[in-house]
Amino acid sequence: MTTYILRRLLLSIPVLFGILFATFALSRLIPGDPCRAMLGEKATDAVCNEFISRHGLDKPIPIQFGVYVNEIAHGDFGRSFRFSKPVTDLLMERLPITVELAFSALLVSILVGIPLGVISAVRHNSWLDVLTMLWANIGVSMPVFWLGLMLAYIFALTLKDTPFQLPPSGRLSPGVLTTPFYEVWGLSLGSRGFFFTVADFIGRMNILNSILSANWETLGDAIKHLILPSIALGTIPMALIARMARSAMLEVLGQDYIRTARAKGLTRNVVVMKHAFRNALLPLVTVIGLSLGGLLGGAVLTETVFNLSGVGRILYDAITARDYGIVQAFTVVIAVFFVVLNLLVDISYAYLDPRIRLD
Amino acid sequence: MTAEPAKIAKLDAEGLSLRSVSLWQITWRRLFKRKSAILGMVILGILILIAFTAPILAPYDPTLSMLDANPPQNLDRRSAPCIHLFGCPVDQPQHILGTDGNIRDEFSRLLYGARVSLWIGLSTVTFAIVIGTVLGALGGYFGGWIDNLIMRTMDVLLAFPSLLLAIAIVTVLGPGLTNALLAIGIVSIPAYARVVRASVLSVREMDYVSATRALGGNTFQILFRRILPNALTPLIVQGTLGIATAILDAAALSFLGLGAQPPMAEWGSMLGAERNQVFTAPHLVFYPGLAIMLTVLSFNLLGDGLRDALDPRLAHVS
Repeated sequence: MTTYILRRLLLSIPVLFGILFATFALSRLIPGDPCRAMLGEKATDAVCNEFISRHGLDKPIPIQFGVYVNEIAHGDFGRSFRFSKPVTDLLMERLPITVELAFSALLVSILVGIPLGVISAVRHNSWLDVLTMLWANIGVSMPVFWLGLMLAYIFALTLKDTPFQLPPSGRLSPGVLTTPFYEVWGLSLGSRGFFFTVADFIGRMNILNSILSANWETLGDAIKHLILPSIALGTIPMALIARMARSAMLEVLGQDYIRTARAKGLTRNVVVMKHAFRNALLPLVTVIGLSLGGLLGGAVLTETVFNLSGVGRILYDAITARDYGIVQAFTVVIAVFFVVLNLLVDISYAYLDPRIRLD
Repeated sequence: MTAEPAKIAKLDAEGLSLRSVSLWQITWRRLFKRKSAILGMVILGILILIAFTAPILAPYDPTLSMLDANPPQNLDRRSAPCIHLFGCPVDQPQHILGTDGNIRDEFSRLLYGARVSLWIGLSTVTFAIVIGTVLGALGGYFGGWIDNLIMRTMDVLLAFPSLLLAIAIVTVLGPGLTNALLAIGIVSIPAYARVVRASVLSVREMDYVSATRALGGNTFQILFRRILPNALTPLIVQGTLGIATAILDAAALSFLGLGAQPPMAEWGSMLGAERNQVFTAPHLVFYPGLAIMLTVLSFNLLGDGLRDALDPRLAHVS
């Protein structure tokens, strides 16, 4: 297992370098003056000269790439001209919001997708199966942004003044306050440093923060605000998971050992859950892991629709303002996150299926 | 003589026919046995028909403001649908789906949008298939450093969530439909390169390929006449499903303002332009989204059907 993990880790290094090279190449392809593309049209000549010498833009390309890799390795993604602060700070502020959204969407997709797929397989060819698969097909075909807008229309306007009314935008209702859990706990972490960064990151996730600080009113409000974005973002992975769960279950349910288990008198529920489902989980791990990458891409659209101030939303703002520094930094971070995720999926797959690590 | 067709039909029914049947005939037959694939083909057929006949079906020019129509129509922005048959006063001009923020006929724009979406799907996938096939074939056939270089580049492209990479590329190239198509085409290449490379690897060392080589066939002949036809079936499936993804991604880019630019009638940009009006004029958001969904659904259903129909493991089903 250790050899397998090491091999996979080593194989990721060229891909990581490739990602850096691709984003570096993209930044050099921006038409016109690279300084003004990064710092905005209003940058003065003096500022530009300083920018050019600091980033080595007057040096040969391989050296420029070296400078770029060095900066990123030190967590320096440059400054955003639109927000007038370091991109790294912006990332640390906004990433928790997107991570919270992506994980809650993934939770929705798993909690709904897997049971749908399993029921569909167990009741193969029934009307329930046909309906589920029709829904799954529609689910993968729906544009995230359209679904989001329609959900907002239905739950915020059509169902207004009913118990099902849900907020169409934002993260908390006006007047609902949130205090970072470390302040509630009375910890003094300063305003910099590793512990502060981690605590601040967690503190910005409303749901986790309100659980940690036992603020149940905020928790309820935060969950209410997250329901519609999570459904919108989670629908495509939910449909993919349901389809994969169904086909994996169908394959396992056709095996001889399932028939044997049934023949020896075990109830159908025990056979489905204990014998079949466990084995059908393997391909599901891959789909779930890879869905997270899609969720990060989809977050741009969901956050735009629901006005959530995560990385997706800031990316949208950056695109409209042509604030390329942000686009570049977020692309690198999300791609690296995606590579790490793939790595974890591969490792968990190898852990679950010994045939892979012995291959 | 007359007994012969009946005998063949009987053998056919038992799956024992001695008549030679091509792969495409088998595929076609299997495809028509799947209700979902038929549904996909019907929707797609209607869309193609709409795309071709849009100038005939559309009551107005999709970019024409009703203020400039002949005679000019003094309508409000985002006026509600007006259908005379359903009680809308006859003295009001008929607009089946109402008008948009620029007082253009929404129905006409929706019809013309079918052209753009189908064009987007076909052009990006064709681009990606051509480049992906060449790269995959070269990598698989020559192996060594060429293969390594190509496939590692593909790995890097795959390391980005596709929509995000497309956004980054369009941000650099500048917004516009052509750049959006190029970006989506580029991010789609790895899927096809992988499919073709796998097919090439699986048949590269087969006897019939060696025989062609022994008979003096050049690399071009071996690759394109002997090896690549094997990659055709997975490419068709991947391509059909790829069109669905391309249409969704292009709609997303246009929604973000990076794809089709006004006044072009493109569903994603139509939706994006009116997204803030979802509470006041929901029809302007609902119909373009529904159109995108149906188009993507048709390609997904057809792609799934083709995958099953072309899968030799399911041969007994036919």
